[in-house]
Amino acid sequence: MRRVAITGMGAICALGRNTCEFAQALRAGKPGIGRIESTDVSELRFQNGAEVRGYTHQPYFDDRRADFIDRFAQFAVIAAREAVASAGVEWTREIRQTAAIVTGSCVGGQSTEDIGFQEVYKRGQNRVHPLTIPKTMANAGASHISMEFGITGPSFTVSTACSSAGHAIGQAFWMVRNGVTDLALTGGSEAPFSFGILKAWEAMRVVSPDTCRPFSKDRRGMVLGEGAAMLVLEPLEAARARGAEIYAEIVGFGMSADACHITQPSAEGAARSMRAALRDAAIGPEAIGYINAHGTGTPANDSTETAAIHDVFNAHAGRLAVSSTKSMHGHALGAAAALECVATVLALRDGVLPPTANYNEPDPQCDLDVIPNEARHAQVEWALSNSFAFGGLNAVLALRKG
Amino acid sequence: MSDDLIQRVLKAIATSKRIPLETVAIDSQFQELGIDSMDAVEILFALENEFDINIPDEEVRSVRDVRGMCEGVEKLLAAKAAAAAAANAQPAQ
Repeated sequence: MRRVAITGMGAICALGRNTCEFAQALRAGKPGIGRIESTDVSELRFQNGAEVRGYTHQPYFDDRRADFIDRFAQFAVIAAREAVASAGVEWTREIRQTAAIVTGSCVGGQSTEDIGFQEVYKRGQNRVHPLTIPKTMANAGASHISMEFGITGPSFTVSTACSSAGHAIGQAFWMVRNGVTDLALTGGSEAPFSFGILKAWEAMRVVSPDTCRPFSKDRRGMVLGEGAAMLVLEPLEAARARGAEIYAEIVGFGMSADACHITQPSAEGAARSMRAALRDAAIGPEAIGYINAHGTGTPANDSTETAAIHDVFNAHAGRLAVSSTKSMHGHALGAAAALECVATVLALRDGVLPPTANYNEPDPQCDLDVIPNEARHAQVEWALSNSFAFGGLNAVLALRKG
Repeated sequence: MSDDLIQRVLKAIATSKRIPLETVAIDSQFQELGIDSMDAVEILFALENEFDINIPDEEVRSVRDVRGMCEGVEKLLAAKAAAAAAANAQPAQ
C-alpha cells in the first residue's frame, strides 16, 4: 500500500476566502458567526449563522457560467482551484484522464430548489427554471470541478449528512493508497442558507439562539455554516519525487454505523469509528496528540463524543488536546469534515492547535482538554478528525504531520 | 387547567407517538412513555399546530412530563389571549 500525501488545500467559509485567511482566523480564535444576511431571518427563532459574508459569484465566475452553478457548487470549484494551485499540479493528458474527484454534500443546491418551489407553490407559476435540477443535484460540485480542470477519471459524490466530506476524503484516500488513481481532488461543499431549510433546522430545536459553545456547560446547540474545502491527494513518494510541499499525510480512515437512532448520537458507534481509523492507520491510541472533534455544541453530541473519546483513549484521554472548530466556522454540514480536515492539517503543519471558541464554563460531562478560547502552540505528530452524522453514520480521518 | 386542554395535549402526544390514548395520562413521565428527544420535538410541533402557538426552545428545556407540557401550553395560551386582548383594546387608527 502506498502512503498518501496532502499536497494541496483550498478553503472558503465564514472565516475567510482562502486557506491563509482560514488559518489566521483559527489561530486568532475568531468566530465567523453573525446575523444571517443571505436570507430573511425575521420569522426564525434563530438569527445567527456562519456565512461567507458578502459573497457574490464575481470575481470567481463570469455571469453566464454562474447561471449554471449553485452557490454550494461555486464554493466547491473555488476551493478546488486553490487546492490545485497550491499543489502545483502539472496537468498532463494522463493525469487528467486518471485523476479522481470525490466530493461530499449533504443538501446540494438548496437555495436553487427553494426558488423553484416558491415559483410553483407560492407564486402559483406553472413552470420552474430549467436549470433547477442540474443546479440542485448534490454531485454538481464534483461535476463542475471535473469541467474546470478537464478531469475525466473516477468522480462521484457522497452524501452522509454531517459526515459527507469525511466519507468522501476517506474514499479518495483509499483510492490513492490502493493505486486506483495517482491524484485525487476531494473534500466537501455546502450552502444551506435557504429559508425552507432554515425552518426545517428550527423545527429540530438543535440550533443555538446565539452562538456555538462546544463542550461548554452553557452550550445551547449548533450554528449552521457554509463553504467548502478541497484537498489534493497524491502518493507520498511521487509527491516527494516532484518536489511538492507535503502539508500532511492521511494515514487512516474509519467508518461505522450507530444502528441506533436517526438523530441521537451513540458513544459506542463513535468509538468504533475512531478505533477503525486507528486500526487502518496501524497506530495505537497513545500516538494521537490532537483530535478535531465533531463538537457540534448540542448538549447530546458533546457529552456523547466525550464518552466515546474516554472509551477509546482511556487514561490517554487526559493527555489529548481536543477542540471543535465548529465554534468558529459553524456547522457546514457536508463541507464540515473537509474544513475540519484542513484545520487539522494546519494544526499539524504550523504547530498551532486551534481553540474551542466561545467557551464559558467547564462541563463535568465534557471533561477533556478542549483548548478553551485561545490557540495553543504544540508540536503534534498524529491527529484525528471526527465526523458523526445524523443517521448515525460516522467517519474518522487519521492524519500525520508532513 | 381545563379538561379540554389536557385532553387535546394527551391526544397530540398519543397521535404523534402512535400509542393508544388511554396509555397517556396527565401524570405520565416522558421516560415511561418512551418519549425521546426527537419524539418530544415532534410532539411540540403537533402542539404548536393544535393550539396555534409558538413554543420557544427555552420553555421546553426542563419539561420531562405530561403535566409540565400541559402547564406550558396553558401559559402560552394565556399569553396569546392577553396579547389579543391588548390588540383589541387599541383604539382604531
